[in-house]
Amino acid sequence: MTVVKRVAEAVRVQDLTRTFGDFTAVDRVSFTVATGEIFGFLGPNGAGKTTTIKMLNGLLRPTAGDASVAGFDVSRQAAEVKRRIGYMSQLFSLYGDLSVEENIQLFGGLYGVAGTRLAERQEWVLRMAGLADARKRPTAELALGWKQRLALGCAVLHEPPILFLDEPTSGVDPVSRRSFWDLIYELAEGGTTVFVTTHYMEEAEYCNRLALMNRGRLIALGRPSELREELHQPLLELRTDDPARAVEALTGVPGVVTAAMFGRLVHVMVEDAERASEQLPRALAAAGRSCESLTVVEPSLEDVFVALVLREGGAVEG
Amino acid sequence: MSGTRLWAIARKELLQIRRDPRSLYLAFILPVVLLLLFGYAISFDIRNIELAVLDQSRTQQSRQLVEAFEGSGYFTVVAHLDGAAEVERVLSRGRAQLVLTIPPSYARDLASGRPAEVQLLLDGSDANTATIAQNYADAIVMRHSADVVLEGRRVQLPASLEARVWYNETLESRNMIVPGLVAVVMSIIAAMLTALTIAREWERGTMEQLAATPVHRLEVVLGKLVPYVAIGLFDVAVACAAGVAIFSVPLRGSLLLLAVFTLLFVIGALGLGIFISAALRSQMLATQVAMMATFLPALLLSGFIFPIATMPLVLRAISYVVPARYYVSVTKGIFLKGVGLEVLWPSGVAMIVFAVVGLSLAITAFRKEIA
Repeated sequence: MTVVKRVAEAVRVQDLTRTFGDFTAVDRVSFTVATGEIFGFLGPNGAGKTTTIKMLNGLLRPTAGDASVAGFDVSRQAAEVKRRIGYMSQLFSLYGDLSVEENIQLFGGLYGVAGTRLAERQEWVLRMAGLADARKRPTAELALGWKQRLALGCAVLHEPPILFLDEPTSGVDPVSRRSFWDLIYELAEGGTTVFVTTHYMEEAEYCNRLALMNRGRLIALGRPSELREELHQPLLELRTDDPARAVEALTGVPGVVTAAMFGRLVHVMVEDAERASEQLPRALAAAGRSCESLTVVEPSLEDVFVALVLREGGAVEG
Repeated sequence: MSGTRLWAIARKELLQIRRDPRSLYLAFILPVVLLLLFGYAISFDIRNIELAVLDQSRTQQSRQLVEAFEGSGYFTVVAHLDGAAEVERVLSRGRAQLVLTIPPSYARDLASGRPAEVQLLLDGSDANTATIAQNYADAIVMRHSADVVLEGRRVQLPASLEARVWYNETLESRNMIVPGLVAVVMSIIAAMLTALTIAREWERGTMEQLAATPVHRLEVVLGKLVPYVAIGLFDVAVACAAGVAIFSVPLRGSLLLLAVFTLLFVIGALGLGIFISAALRSQMLATQVAMMATFLPALLLSGFIFPIATMPLVLRAISYVVPARYYVSVTKGIFLKGVGLEVLWPSGVAMIVFAVVGLSLAITAFRKEIA
């Protein structure tokens, strides 16, 4: 067992920056993650989430700024950092041609877990991932949900104090996603700090604290409830015949802050709810769209993020 | 450096090789195929040259000359021609590589003491064979002339050449080819084998997971080397055994010395493969570059077939940086001459340098930054 340096902050990031040529992927980002937290890292594709996580894992060198993980500097003490973290990358990156057991043994060896402890941990992973009956099967043959759980198991074989998960549930069906989050909770209850990126909003609700990134910059940071309160302006939910055209029609109308699709509905953030409930039906009628219902609703996290991203100039294309 | 981590990588690599048909083919099938192919196909020994005879003299004397050709062991008479018109036909169709024409006046000229001229027409499209055949024919006619003049009497010539061939007493070209072949085959196989190994990790995304663990690049490179070094040594052992058993090549020197040199060479060549693989990060590209970087130099500039001493200065200079050159001289030296370190030490030094350079390149090129 590696000696865990007791630090209140599992992750501390100060003005962290990474450029690729002219492109600034991460732009002076600062935040801290407390020990034992489930910290959600959100943002549209290309926002810089993965680049940040790779810098924190010692896979990429920061261009500027400082970052420490478990009390160790990520650029100068990368080896110390790597000993104390578990990492699960966005794409499945275990060895498909090795069996479930062989993958566990490989990562056990790489993390210095050996002997009876490895045997114990292996059984724990197999049980946790529900792969006890598939231990001899080539990993490539497993369904994605199983692969993800095995990858999680390999990442926590050495019982790291901090776990980094980069979109661990992308492409996984909702049921598997739910059971994956049960595992994350289990680990967090055991005291593991979990740093997780996602673009599923319902997953964001599971986190203790959230950071929202857009275009390489951190645009919001706080508990889910705090972030909801950041949205001071009222939100109207509109039921209409053609949500996409309705969004077009409402964008730019005086008094409308943002208009965005929300499933088959449209969520419209306005400056004043009373005035908008008169104005909006008129604007819709002028554009030939129906207005079946228009009600004030509580903003969800998704509304918050859409509003914040739009306020910060929108997501990058592609 | 951690033994646990190094062993974890080595074990993983071994499991992957065992399950990858391409690696298995490269490791165990290709060396044998190359050895047999080259071993049987390349031969500079010229025997049974196809000869057509146009005997216009048709006398006992002319038949004696033809018998002298047949009795030499170098020529086989494949056709007796009836007229000059047939000469071009047999040569152009390749039925014979040369035609011996004995004129009608042959026996008369011999009897009268005039120089009797016979004509030899050669197919020069294979210049190498034609030159050798001409030399053989010259010698046969010369000896036959002497026999005719002396009519069986013995004379003492004032000077005579007693030639003895050392190391390859029977001048079998196979004896020269097989030891060199071991070296050439190994330089190709070694680089090709490891050319796949790092690029595969990049292509499959496993490098990212590997890089996030505390494993050091030295451990990755050495861990990957372990199984391939074992394969390399095994291949050389098989190739040497085949050389001795199938091609009857003498193995006169120390096996231990050969093993040590082989180890050095294999480490260098495998390191080169890892370097190429890590630098290019594509299995396809790395395989092609590894092939180009090893095959042609090993074939042409190693002294395997073409003697380095007779090459133009520029090529001779380049040959000094072709590692196969040193390994070829080692295998030939140990197989045929039975020499030891007292002769081979310069090659030994060169191969230590090669091993160190190969490994350093591999470790330097292996950067773990994952963009």
